[in-house]
Amino acid sequence: MKSRYSIFSLARNALHYHRDWDQAWRSPEPKAQYDVVIVGAGGHGLATAYYLAKEHGITNVAVLEKGWLGGGNTGRNTTVVRSNYLWDESAHLYEHSLKLWEGLSQDLNFNLMFSQRGLLALAHNQHELRELSRRVNAIRLNGIDSELMTVEQVKAFCPILDCSPGKRHPILGASLQRRGGTARHDAVAWGFARAADARGIDIIQNCEVTGFRMASGRVEGVETSRGFIGAGKVGVVVAGHASVLAGMAGLRLPIESHPLQALVTEPVKPVLHTVVMSSAVHVYVSQSDKGELVMGAGIDGYNSYAQRGSEPVVENLLNALIELFPIFSRLKLMRQWGGIVDVCPDASPIIGKTPVAGLYFNCGWGTGGFKATPGSGWVFAHTIAQDRPHRLNEAFTLERFGHGYLVDEHGAAGVAH
Amino acid sequence: MTTQPYRLARGGRIDRAKRLRFSFNDRAYEGYRGDTLASALLANGVVLVGRGFKYHRPRGIMTAGSEEPNAIVQLGVGDRTEPNIRATQVELYDGLSAASINCWPSVEFDLGAVNGMMSRLFPAGFYYKTFMWPPSFWMKYEYFIRRMAGLGKAPDAPDPDRYDKTFAHCDVLVVGAGPAGLAAALAAGRAGARVILADEQAEPGGSLLASGETINGQPAAEWIAAALAELASMPDARVLARTTAFSYGDHNYVQMVERVADHLPPASSPGPRQRLWRVRAGQVVLAAGAIERPLVFADNDRPGIMLASAAATYVRRYAAAPGRRVLVFANNDGAYRDALALLDAGIGISAIVDPRPDPGAAIVAEIRRRGIEVLAGHVVAGTKGHGRVESAQVMKLDGDKVAGAARSIGCDAIAMSGGWNPTVHLFSQSGGKLRFDAARATFLPGAPVQAIRVAGAANGATSLQDCLREGHAAGAASAADAGAAGKAGDAPQAEPATPDEPAMPIWIVPSVKPVGEGGKHFIDHQNDVTAADLQLAVREGYSSVEHLKRYTTMGMGTDQGKTSNVNALALLAVTLGHEVGAVGTTTFRPPYTPVTVGAFAGHDQGDLLDPVRKTPLHGWHEIMGAPFENVGQWRRAWYYPKPGEDMHAAVGREAKAVRTGVGIVDASTLGKIDIQGPDAVELLNWVYTNAWNKLEIGRCRYGLMLGEDGMVMDDGVTTRLGENHYLMTTTTGNAARVLGWLENWLQCEWPHMRVYCTSVTEQWATVALNGPLARRLLAELTTDIELDPAKFPFLSFREGRVAAIPARIYRISFTGELSYEINVAPSHAVALWQALMAAGEKYAIVPYGTETMHVLRAEKGYIIVGQETDGTVTPHDLGMDWIVSKAKKDFIGKRSLARADTSRPDRKHLMGLLAENPSEVLPEGGQVVAEVKDRPPMAMIGHVTSSYFSPNAGRSIAMALIKNGRNRMGETVHVPAGERVIRATVTEPKFFDPEGKRLDG
Amino acid sequence: MLLIPCPYCGPREEVEFACGGEAHIARPANSDRLSDAQWSDYLFMRKNPKGVHYERWNHARGCRRWFNVARDTVTHRIYAVYKMGEAPPSVTP
Repeated sequence: MKSRYSIFSLARNALHYHRDWDQAWRSPEPKAQYDVVIVGAGGHGLATAYYLAKEHGITNVAVLEKGWLGGGNTGRNTTVVRSNYLWDESAHLYEHSLKLWEGLSQDLNFNLMFSQRGLLALAHNQHELRELSRRVNAIRLNGIDSELMTVEQVKAFCPILDCSPGKRHPILGASLQRRGGTARHDAVAWGFARAADARGIDIIQNCEVTGFRMASGRVEGVETSRGFIGAGKVGVVVAGHASVLAGMAGLRLPIESHPLQALVTEPVKPVLHTVVMSSAVHVYVSQSDKGELVMGAGIDGYNSYAQRGSEPVVENLLNALIELFPIFSRLKLMRQWGGIVDVCPDASPIIGKTPVAGLYFNCGWGTGGFKATPGSGWVFAHTIAQDRPHRLNEAFTLERFGHGYLVDEHGAAGVAH
Repeated sequence: MTTQPYRLARGGRIDRAKRLRFSFNDRAYEGYRGDTLASALLANGVVLVGRGFKYHRPRGIMTAGSEEPNAIVQLGVGDRTEPNIRATQVELYDGLSAASINCWPSVEFDLGAVNGMMSRLFPAGFYYKTFMWPPSFWMKYEYFIRRMAGLGKAPDAPDPDRYDKTFAHCDVLVVGAGPAGLAAALAAGRAGARVILADEQAEPGGSLLASGETINGQPAAEWIAAALAELASMPDARVLARTTAFSYGDHNYVQMVERVADHLPPASSPGPRQRLWRVRAGQVVLAAGAIERPLVFADNDRPGIMLASAAATYVRRYAAAPGRRVLVFANNDGAYRDALALLDAGIGISAIVDPRPDPGAAIVAEIRRRGIEVLAGHVVAGTKGHGRVESAQVMKLDGDKVAGAARSIGCDAIAMSGGWNPTVHLFSQSGGKLRFDAARATFLPGAPVQAIRVAGAANGATSLQDCLREGHAAGAASAADAGAAGKAGDAPQAEPATPDEPAMPIWIVPSVKPVGEGGKHFIDHQNDVTAADLQLAVREGYSSVEHLKRYTTMGMGTDQGKTSNVNALALLAVTLGHEVGAVGTTTFRPPYTPVTVGAFAGHDQGDLLDPVRKTPLHGWHEIMGAPFENVGQWRRAWYYPKPGEDMHAAVGREAKAVRTGVGIVDASTLGKIDIQGPDAVELLNWVYTNAWNKLEIGRCRYGLMLGEDGMVMDDGVTTRLGENHYLMTTTTGNAARVLGWLENWLQCEWPHMRVYCTSVTEQWATVALNGPLARRLLAELTTDIELDPAKFPFLSFREGRVAAIPARIYRISFTGELSYEINVAPSHAVALWQALMAAGEKYAIVPYGTETMHVLRAEKGYIIVGQETDGTVTPHDLGMDWIVSKAKKDFIGKRSLARADTSRPDRKHLMGLLAENPSEVLPEGGQVVAEVKDRPPMAMIGHVTSSYFSPNAGRSIAMALIKNGRNRMGETVHVPAGERVIRATVTEPKFFDPEGKRLDG
Repeated sequence: MLLIPCPYCGPREEVEFACGGEAHIARPANSDRLSDAQWSDYLFMRKNPKGVHYERWNHARGCRRWFNVARDTVTHRIYAVYKMGEAPPSVTP
């Protein structure tokens, strides 16, 4: 068992110049056979492994990662956490996730800096106001916190927003989810990795899956850059590469991979105390604990695996930022980057079984996967362990694209795609 | 006003005749034109300029360029204040004011320094290990953590300055106007290429501005002047100073920012403050130079400790002495030349400490000949001083340890050099990989993947001669590749340099105690990351480069690790026992240096953020005092309040008037697409759900357009104007999308079809008359159109004159009333409107806006796409089966309607909802529940899509999408609204004239 | 930002174009005879390759013509542009 993190262990270790801290996770050699192999050591994959052990007692598990753990979208997103989704299916899934977030630092014994500073979604015209109202009503009736705000309330809640009426896209109102907020993205991967490792799960980095071994419709293991690894079940959670992995298993997915860009400004003293999103003006922004403004907008329009996007997207995003917050004009863009998001036609994920027995896919989270990290891992672990979806993810099948029961959350992404 | 005690008597590229006053931390100082804030502070003997981010240790000026990690200040005040400005890059102007950040109450006495005393509690990543209990307290901990972080302050008012953006194209873009860049630009320009040469500094020249060398026999400064004159004489060469190329994207797209007016006092220049250059370059020559590496020794952060090249730059270029007794600590010969520059300027050198056991280059001998002690095989094992370095503890190096007794050498500055890192950021951004060159102990550009060449110090060159030669060659080759056929001329010649001996890489300088146990070995000075932090991270398993960076925050500051990244990578490798270079590099992310947000926005702010579309009648609506609503990019008149009326009253009056007399509405925003060609009808058959073969010339038909997923996408009326000529109308918001949709199918799927589609939305202004008196009114203004319903029936079209204006008139109705939509050229719209208003006076004609339009259509149960639909609604859901052809073999979306889920009978259906209390208006967006519970969760069966008070029905009305609604007819359902629950009955979605008797008036 | 050689107008900045996704997806002729799953293959399933992608672009803010592009989704290099109806060129990265 690992030593616990606390102010006391910190003080104790300080006496020895911090020479005695454990490794957060081991770097084991892969075994020949596991009960379950998870492909992808991002937040979702690591959470899946953690909950396999914690909730289902399955610990003979390996998480394979082609690079370094948490190096994909987990470490590239804008860290927003919320559960204000329109349709029941999504609301229940994301709310389950949000509830897990609320105790996750303590559960993992790793401070994820989960900060419930509220999430404000702005409406700029009558149509958006109506849609916001619809959404808030639905969310509340699902037992999730959400409130409508008048423009006066918006102004009081976030005084640096330009709420003047004569603007090109005036702010007419907003919805607020007070339990929404942000978390420290890297810490989520590290916290799950450390906790999963503590339960005996092997996290194997620099191990790229190159194929699946299958016999009579059942998966037997994975071919990797470090040799064949046998597995009773294989769960694939590789945001940004789902189609590539699906192709190895002979599956087709309704997914297209697009760049999603994010950026931060130089850090400044606290000035923005909530998360603000706008779809008409097309930006979402929060201020990190370090003081940087963290921003994103919509995806780039073309397919890409390059982890970079086009510059005009950034220009438009910053136009939008100044429209909402004129005082940010003299701040400076410090760093920008891109991730690869796997977008589904209905902007909802696919979490479930595949036509191959023992092979499970969890993909298609689009721009919104980070907030779902614990919930996604939780339901995926259940799906793998029980070989059937949990009721929280039974709507999110691959088959829905055949029969047409989609969960269209384009509005919920907060930004148009 | 103090004098400038550290200003050298002679030299420098400063204009001593132009004295400039400035203030720092509210104290007044003087400097000269040509100074940076950093050089002026040094000239005034100010070395304590800020405090460290985490431990709040005193910090000074470490560099003379954009790589500065330490000397970060808040510039200016009020709405023009700017946080986190590098003092090394601020050109001094009269009246400049700046202040330290990260300190309170003052930079000299900073209470935050208590953090430094407790620093052992704050190793890398300490916050991941604590602040977890009690769970509810994180928000409180976070409040204080946030206040500690953050560097400078954001302005508290909008930016008064303007910004500009421009596109530029060139054959050869040269980044960096040092020796290599100038040589490249000259070569490319002479060959006839269109050249842009950009440099981040105030004037071109780069390292030559602080150089004593000669080129082509001229002093460097004269050669720069000659080169610039030659470039100026070329027809298509542009030299941009104060311009940083900061990002390198796909297909040789380079973004640059020009600081047009930042060197001038605020508001003193009429032009933009900054300009964003978006350059599409045929070829790029990257001649961005190199950045000197600090040495990682104990307490290497005291004010007065700076890079050796920076010390020489301050002396030569700015005539500012970094100190009076400077100790040099370096592992290479270059720093000896810097020491010589200091000596020549009359600055004392207390010693040169060199870890190399036996440095023997000519320059070393010369230094010794000048009487300077060279302590070979020694290192600085620690420093002392308060607010400024006062002494260095020098010890003998023994393997990876220090040995013997420490000798304390007094000094007031330390010039350090650990070698050089080529500035390869843009090369890396271009997609090129880096390779580690062990001999030079540095990362060099590998094979390019775009049209880029790297030259000079950015390519690892160390001598001036090599820089000139590489620059010339790169410029000439780039010009040739870009198709310029001229001669590039000869490369400029520098004096041959005496060869240097190899440097000795020393990634961590030992001190008496183990690293982390005595003194701090800073690697990232801005984020206060030490060697001990890195070692801790590796010990804890954060040993991949990216984990290390993220766990320690190394290289994540505003300097993006320009002085720290390579040291950190090397130390990581050493700690892991790998070769340097084997651990990889972190990603170089744009921008190279931080870029003002306003520069990206340029003019695209405020009213120019997004175009506003106004109808030709906009001015009339404004005069009438109509509020407007945004619909897509359009501004539409919402309602026309009379004095004392609110929206409810105005809409009530307008809606009544339309059904009792006549109303007039501006419908010009409707999308209009002119469709011509022999296959036009086939196109309509594909894109609409109903059949179009039998539509006669002069007749109109309503159509519903589906996506291929079977969901309603748009609706509108299409009219057959001629044999092969149709006019399609679309919803206001979808006009462009629908045209794109048609073109998409025509060009990609049905290229055989002979059809042409043209947007004519803005070619026609549309004025609709609605109401039982519409015909009488129109009859007064037209002579050539028969208005008798038998001659001009519903759903037909006539051409003629209205008020002598050529017009197309459509008998279509969005109100259920007798209606004429009159289309005229936009230039005639106002005349038509005024004629109708004048003639309509006796009929009490009433103009109405979009709100009344919505009420009237809702009374009739007409849908609005986007309000009754949301991309998940089929025609069947809307109760519009009547418009879905069973006979047509196929149309867009047909197959999807037959899918298992889409053909379910119990989907959500569009229904009417009548609140029990007829004066109560259901909330739009309200959710419908079948069974009310005390508290959520409650199962929802649908939502209210439209809801109004209907003056004509005399009660509130609503439409709603309700699960299995057609089998719930007459049922009572509930709409929770805030704390209340409104009961309502499910009905048909028709509330007025359900038989449709009023269409003919 | 990509520089896209429109076959009708020449090289233009990406901001003038809209990407239409995977090319050469023909609309099934007898859709009524397809199963839901077969129909969904046309409707939703995409190759989404890591590497050369044959895709459609529209010069939306230019000549408004649609055309095909063979572009690498990793390097963003454009290997070929060709008109609608033309056969996709074979491309070796």
